Amino acid sequence: MAKGSKKRNILPGFGLSLGYTMLYLGLLVLIPLSSVFFKSFELSFGEFWQIISNERVVASYRLSFATSLIAALINAVFGLAVAWVLVRYRFPGKRLLDALVDLPFALPTAVAGIALTQLYSPKGWIGSLLEPLHIKVAYTPLGIIVALTFIGIPFVVRTVQPVLQELDREIEEAAASLGARRLRVFVQVIFPELLPALITGFALAFARAIGEYGSVVFISGNMPMKTEIAPLLIMTRLEQFDYPGATAIALVMLIVSFVLLLFINYLQWRSGRRAAAA
Amino acid sequence: MAGSVTANYVSATAAARTGPLAEPAWVRRTLIAVAVIFLALLLILPLVTVFYYAFKEGVRVYFAALSEPDALSAVRLTLLTAAIVVPANTLFGIAAAWAITKFRFPGKNVLTTLIDLPFAISPVIAGLIFILVFGARGWFGPWLTEHDIKIVFAVPGIVLATAFVTFPFVARELIPLMQAQGTQEEEAATTLGARGWTIFWRIVLPNIKWGLLYGIILCNARAMGEFGAVSVVSGHIRGVTNTIPLHVQIVYNEYKFAAAFAVASLLMLLAFATLAVKSFVEWKYARGLAMKESGESI
Repeated sequence: MAKGSKKRNILPGFGLSLGYTMLYLGLLVLIPLSSVFFKSFELSFGEFWQIISNERVVASYRLSFATSLIAALINAVFGLAVAWVLVRYRFPGKRLLDALVDLPFALPTAVAGIALTQLYSPKGWIGSLLEPLHIKVAYTPLGIIVALTFIGIPFVVRTVQPVLQELDREIEEAAASLGARRLRVFVQVIFPELLPALITGFALAFARAIGEYGSVVFISGNMPMKTEIAPLLIMTRLEQFDYPGATAIALVMLIVSFVLLLFINYLQWRSGRRAAAA
Repeated sequence: MAGSVTANYVSATAAARTGPLAEPAWVRRTLIAVAVIFLALLLILPLVTVFYYAFKEGVRVYFAALSEPDALSAVRLTLLTAAIVVPANTLFGIAAAWAITKFRFPGKNVLTTLIDLPFAISPVIAGLIFILVFGARGWFGPWLTEHDIKIVFAVPGIVLATAFVTFPFVARELIPLMQAQGTQEEEAATTLGARGWTIFWRIVLPNIKWGLLYGIILCNARAMGEFGAVSVVSGHIRGVTNTIPLHVQIVYNEYKFAAAFAVASLLMLLAFATLAVKSFVEWKYARGLAMKESGESI
């Protein structure tokens, strides 16, 4: 928290830096973004409803939500395990693995998309192993989940990791000295401390997955009603020059994104306050 | 926020422990195995795949794919876009972080949330909004057509969409860092009569340089690798409005896998460079912290 609430700030450059920030934010982000709302207002509510309640649109929303939710859940479980192992244990190759966790941030999504498609297609290294088991990953919703899990990996790991590092070992020692078994210490002492970070990481991974496009389009096969995610449907509508359609679908997604953003900021604000109080 | 997690400047002091605070060995081994297998399947295997297919048909095919005219023009466009977008967003990031961390003003939290907005928005929507503004049937469409200026389906649109999606990176990296540093050093300099730019070059910049570097590198990685937003506004004109990721898509969809993965391997190298800088910056901060602590204890 900044201090010196009453005293006058003597530092220079407030007007310039804030003015420039607002101007740049307004021109590049806010004004262009408002176009989605204004364009949607050109539609009557009936027309808007007709677009977004269309069978194909509803199917794409449902698919986007379901696959993003499953991918974020997978990341919550395995991300927690990865964070735990990276903080608490020593093993060969740990530093390299730690650095690699950020790969999905640094790697362009299209590259992830073609690499995963190649791996999980029926002729690919993993796809050919799953073929005899009659499990198809590429060009099915399962493939979308794989891609969304890939791009979500860093979120849970990187939000849980610092909390785990800062965790006071004395509480664990106290619990252990009082005779608590290791599992009980984890469930009753450690896990509640990690939960806010875990939820934040989950929400971040989910928010990212909802809007993801690049890594999914290659592996999903893009069949309407079956493997067509909402961002792809916006793309399809645009290619058909159906701007009202694209905008209406986008507006619903934007509102979902705003709600998620507010929720995540609230979580982070709360954990920041907890940290400040501690 | 969604899209990025800031660099972790906490020094890692993990140690294997024994006694009542350690899990049984089999639990430890199982957890390590689960984590390693999960990351190997999802991260390492795709990484190996890219290089395997890139070189599958030989080194000659690899370099032929990279030196093809369309590939070269895609590289040029990507470099041009990054050269415009990264400095613009860096300047913005520094200004925003300065205003937000060094001053108090109403609406600060709202501003911080608004800066995060582009991370929360689907890249496809990021492209869509510039079509709604500058497209033929958009707000400025008729005026632009009249004056024969092309923004969407041309290079300016690609630059705008890229700037939008990479907008928060530098600011996100700098805000927590400058928040933690407080305002004392700058205030002392001001009291001693230093002018604004002197304070910036002598105090602010040396304090934030590594965080700034990481923000710039992340911004650059995303600027060069953005796919969805650019895909919407590019129009996919070969040799004119294709960036590297779009070129990868086109070649891949033509079933020229070796060529697609060859070009993709360039982007993989970019990702490696980004991760290397991140590790370096974190190491720098951890060392700085350690030196500070040992200095204080003496």
